[in-house]
Amino acid sequence: MPELSYIEAISDGLRTEMRRNNQVFLIGQDIGAYGGAFKVTNGFQEEFGEWRVIDAPISETAIVGGCTGAALMGMRPVAEMQFSDFVSCCWDHLVTVAAKQNWRAGTPIPIVIRLPSGGGFSGGPFHSQNPESSFAHVPGLKVVCPSTPSDAKGLLASAIDDPNPVLYFEHKHLYRRVKGEVAAERFTVPIGKARLEREGTDVTVVTWGAMVHLAADAAAALEADDVSVEIVDLRSVIPWDRDAVLASVEKTSRLLVLHEDTHTAGFGAEVLATVAAEAFEHLDAPPQRLTAPDCPSPFAPSLERRFLPQAEDVLQALRDVLAY
Amino acid sequence: MATGTAVDVVMPQMGVSVSEGTVTQWLKAVGESVGVDEPLLEISTDKVDTEIPSPAGGVLAEILVQEGQTVDVGTVIGRLDAGEGAVASTDAASSPAAAEPAQPVAPVAEAAPAAPAPPTEAPPPAVAGEPATDGERTFVSPVVARIAAEHNIDVANVPGTGRGGRVTKKDILAFVESGAQPAPVAAATPAPQPTAAAAPADGHELTPGEQAQKMTVMRRAISEHMRHSLETSAPVTTVFEIDMSKVVAIRERLKQEYAEQHGVKLTYLAFIARAAVDALSKWPWVNGEIRGNQIITRSFINIGVAVALDDGKGLIVPVIRNAEEKNLLGLARAVEDLADRARSKQLSPDDVQGGTFTITNPGGYGAIMGTPIINQPQSAILDVEAIVKRAWVVTDENGNDSISIRPIMNLCLTYDHRLIDGAYAAPFMRDLRINLETWDESRY
Repeated sequence: MPELSYIEAISDGLRTEMRRNNQVFLIGQDIGAYGGAFKVTNGFQEEFGEWRVIDAPISETAIVGGCTGAALMGMRPVAEMQFSDFVSCCWDHLVTVAAKQNWRAGTPIPIVIRLPSGGGFSGGPFHSQNPESSFAHVPGLKVVCPSTPSDAKGLLASAIDDPNPVLYFEHKHLYRRVKGEVAAERFTVPIGKARLEREGTDVTVVTWGAMVHLAADAAAALEADDVSVEIVDLRSVIPWDRDAVLASVEKTSRLLVLHEDTHTAGFGAEVLATVAAEAFEHLDAPPQRLTAPDCPSPFAPSLERRFLPQAEDVLQALRDVLAY
Repeated sequence: MATGTAVDVVMPQMGVSVSEGTVTQWLKAVGESVGVDEPLLEISTDKVDTEIPSPAGGVLAEILVQEGQTVDVGTVIGRLDAGEGAVASTDAASSPAAAEPAQPVAPVAEAAPAAPAPPTEAPPPAVAGEPATDGERTFVSPVVARIAAEHNIDVANVPGTGRGGRVTKKDILAFVESGAQPAPVAAATPAPQPTAAAAPADGHELTPGEQAQKMTVMRRAISEHMRHSLETSAPVTTVFEIDMSKVVAIRERLKQEYAEQHGVKLTYLAFIARAAVDALSKWPWVNGEIRGNQIITRSFINIGVAVALDDGKGLIVPVIRNAEEKNLLGLARAVEDLADRARSKQLSPDDVQGGTFTITNPGGYGAIMGTPIINQPQSAILDVEAIVKRAWVVTDENGNDSISIRPIMNLCLTYDHRLIDGAYAAPFMRDLRINLETWDESRY
């Protein structure tokens, strides 16, 4: 199997879907002639032409509105937000129209919105957010957050297949930092199924996106202390794999939810609430969350390091949960 | 919300010379309930990391000083909402003057030895009433409650290793696995504190001419640490005589240059530390540790240097990390820096942790022999003695002996015979001696 970076896997997945199904088209700002702000679609316009790789005006509302109409007419649009932060511009079209159309009128809206998200590079408050929790609260939308190249490709195929609007959060920090084996042929990773990043017996970490890698580092460090950490990579935030989380907590009796999004009403709260309600008799310590604090992402690298969970924070949080 | 009275938690005075303390960890979250004298937070001062017991029973209402913050003694660091009828401790963290955390002022501790549960009349296993000795060990987590119910175990009989002695899932599973009988035997009840030992310390009477002063926390920590070392290790001391002629000459030549160019005082200790680091890397067990049934060795050498404080009434052992990466200049600078900061109370808790080998230096007072106590969990400690001019038999290259006046220094190594045999310690010391007697300036 070829080894691809996370960003190469996304490009590979898009190319595979476009070659396979000519109903699939791409639309976004600068994705055509320029190849995309992050070069995910570099060379796509040459291969697929201007009518399948569309340079959109600077209007997220127009992009999602256009995709919704095209999807109604049987197309499979894949839209790119240049940064996930800008998705708030098209909140109305996405949340009021696209998410509810099938429930209101019985006409599915199979669109995929690609959302380069996450911080770690001093992008500041407009270019660093992880808004997955906001959309997790909207019935009718699906939300996926792959952490590995293989899941990036497999979840993209599933997202395009899915009859619902799917928000596909791709973490910018992983683009060129993470590599892994990715099958050359087409495959799908089911939406709503977690992946066991690491098996363990003493404490469960539930996480997704870039934080999976941080958790893995912390788990490896704790091996020296004879602590066995289990890491559940949710992969999908909506729908999420409650069974996998509950099974893991029933085994370890201790839980840390780790996410890069801010704290209050972050998706970690949903996980904790579910565990408290459904695995209460299996708990040996209060379930905890490690998240960014409730404030906009700072620019200064020194402040951003304090803002984003760091490896040592994860270690400390795990030690605290274990020490209870 | 709660209607109890508010009780301030203040930063206690942890030893006479300490004016401030750092909150290292709150063991309770805001809103969590806490029993009187149950560990509430951990603080750290120059020397001591310790748990602070709650001054009252109730609910932690407010945390005013966050983890990592350092504040003056007496500062209010948190507030408790003491529930109705809560017993406020007369001691502990509630007042800065009387803050000796381990004082057994809680009524429960005093009552313990006096009121042993009559074992013969013990009821059949049921939910524990009052555990005989350990008032705060009452919280039972859901999973532990479930396992206890399934196996018909009284949780009070299970030894707890969790926070504040709580029984964890692991504890109760181990208890089940060990096949312990679900009967209220004294298996888990901690042995009662010997009352005789406690009585004279607190209630003793002075004969005329005697004065009493409270042991500082540092003093008590040293006392416990030293006792613990002797109880743990099998210490043996070996003594080597070192001819320091070459080092003395080199130091004479270099010390001005070090002072002028680098602003560093070149001490003999720096030479000895450098020579010891070199020898330690060849004899890694001397730099090692027994951990459980395992022998731990390291690729790094963290040298602790014992520094006396308060005119000899206190002691701190700051650590030079990764000493193997430092040359003579680097070690001289590190020794000076740590000693200065130790005496001016500028050390951080990190500075006194993680040592792998310790050097102590009573030679400055003229001592020529010593049997130091190992700084646990390390395996050896090197005692540096005074350099004394002695009549010394020197053999020249033709084999002729003559008597010469030489600066001779004794080095005493106390090592833990559990790990290190004489045939391992002695060649370590031999190499250390060779390093000093044939000091190679190109290497160090």
